[in-house]
Amino acid sequence: MDNPVIQACSYILIHVPGFVRYGSKPSREIADDINSALPAIEGHLREFEEAVAYPPNQVFIGNLHPDHLNNVPQPWHRHPVRDASRYGTYGEIMPEEELLGLMKIADDFDLMWIEKDAAPLLKKSLAAHPLWRDADFGKIDAGVEMARILDRIENQGSLPLYHRCQIVGCIHRDHEKDDNLKAQVLMENLLAKASAALALQHLLKKADIQASEVDLLLNCSEEAVGDRYNRGGGGLAKAIGEMCGCISATGCDIKAFCVGPLYALLYAVGLVKSGLFQKIVVVGGGSMAKLGMKFKGHLAKDMPILEDVLGGFAFLVTGNDGESPLIRLDSIGKHNIGSGSSQQNIMESLVLKPLRRIGKKITDVDKYAVELQNPEVTVSAGSGNVPLANYRMIGALAALQKEIQREEIDRFVLEHGMPGFSPTQGHVPAAIPFLGHAIDAIKQGKMNNAMFVARGSLFLGRMTQLSDGLSFLIEKNPRK
Amino acid sequence: MFRGKKVIVFGERDGVPGPAIAACMKAAGAEVVLTVTECFV
Repeated sequence: MDNPVIQACSYILIHVPGFVRYGSKPSREIADDINSALPAIEGHLREFEEAVAYPPNQVFIGNLHPDHLNNVPQPWHRHPVRDASRYGTYGEIMPEEELLGLMKIADDFDLMWIEKDAAPLLKKSLAAHPLWRDADFGKIDAGVEMARILDRIENQGSLPLYHRCQIVGCIHRDHEKDDNLKAQVLMENLLAKASAALALQHLLKKADIQASEVDLLLNCSEEAVGDRYNRGGGGLAKAIGEMCGCISATGCDIKAFCVGPLYALLYAVGLVKSGLFQKIVVVGGGSMAKLGMKFKGHLAKDMPILEDVLGGFAFLVTGNDGESPLIRLDSIGKHNIGSGSSQQNIMESLVLKPLRRIGKKITDVDKYAVELQNPEVTVSAGSGNVPLANYRMIGALAALQKEIQREEIDRFVLEHGMPGFSPTQGHVPAAIPFLGHAIDAIKQGKMNNAMFVARGSLFLGRMTQLSDGLSFLIEKNPRK
Repeated sequence: MFRGKKVIVFGERDGVPGPAIAACMKAAGAEVVLTVTECFV
């Protein structure tokens, strides 16, 4: 059997200014000093149109190529894309009023109440969306009096839902003493489910397949769905599939910090290759915790808070269709437990060793996709330009191998790399944002191959000092 | 210069990770009392 392919991709963003306050960093800062932090945050939130016209967001949904950003003057937030569309080649940027309705559609336990005056407006917004016309809008209809919502917020641990700085509903806790079912956790999980479902709907449309054709779903979102007896127990893959009508699929969740999506793709490829499954969806929703993560740096420079979007993606892995680029199964690079922790050791494991195995040089790879965090988000907060640091490391490795001269590293970075364009949503920037662009460019004959290199910070969970990483190469389908 | 010194190591995932710095410190004769790696994205 030929190697499997990634036949279709989707990418979505959801503009959620009303949820920025619930990001991990903003919520901690607000708890410390509500009178100062909250007004500052609210004063630096973007309008939906600004988020749509933001050049990196247009790259993310496929309307611009990543290399286009090399020609956009910085700061990018001051150079909006003219006539930008919320819809793109790979998906869309959804506004908050549609998301709130979608969250209620995703809610199977009446965890979320929508205020009765807001309900018809939110329903109308979502009903106009081309992918959700068949949704159960009766769920949104059941609006609740504001007095009951305020009572729940004040007395029973519910959290308010905001839109345009007004309360439009709330999310309840579902157990008095279970921290895994408190309102904040359920809000985070519902957002992951709703955003992942949006990505999956776009994928089904783009791949032009029925939802019932999918036979396995692998969710690699960053949530931890579970209860007091099983924190992070899982189950979101099937919840997402159920919401989109994937009635013939089973599924499970894959966890590996930021490198989760690449593990999920690797497992999907292996399961298709083995013949156990035919059409596997790898899907990931957005991370509420990461919203506003670098907001203090943005405020210090009087920039808008750029981490105001949730990200999501979905990939369809199938057998060889004779057209899509093949995933080279002999190109898998892995960071072994014994690989060592220096950057050189890691990059040798993820780039050099797999390329040597298949007889390629570092310079034989047309484009590398590494951690693709938007540098405008991170540099302003003192966290550096992550993709650039990774590209320089690969360029340095090429210089060490005497494939290029040391002074050619910058040119290598320009030709074989790209500017970061992904929201800092943990698993979302982990190389995969370039998959759609790479697949299309290879299909069109503009590129021969691309390598995807992602890293995971396992040490953040305090069970090991190890980090992690995974890589693979895709290349032109020889049958095409 | 590190022999007999106690060292606290702060590393960064996309820079130099903690264990790599700690290995250098130990080789230089230091006693590493804490190693932490952070990820800023």
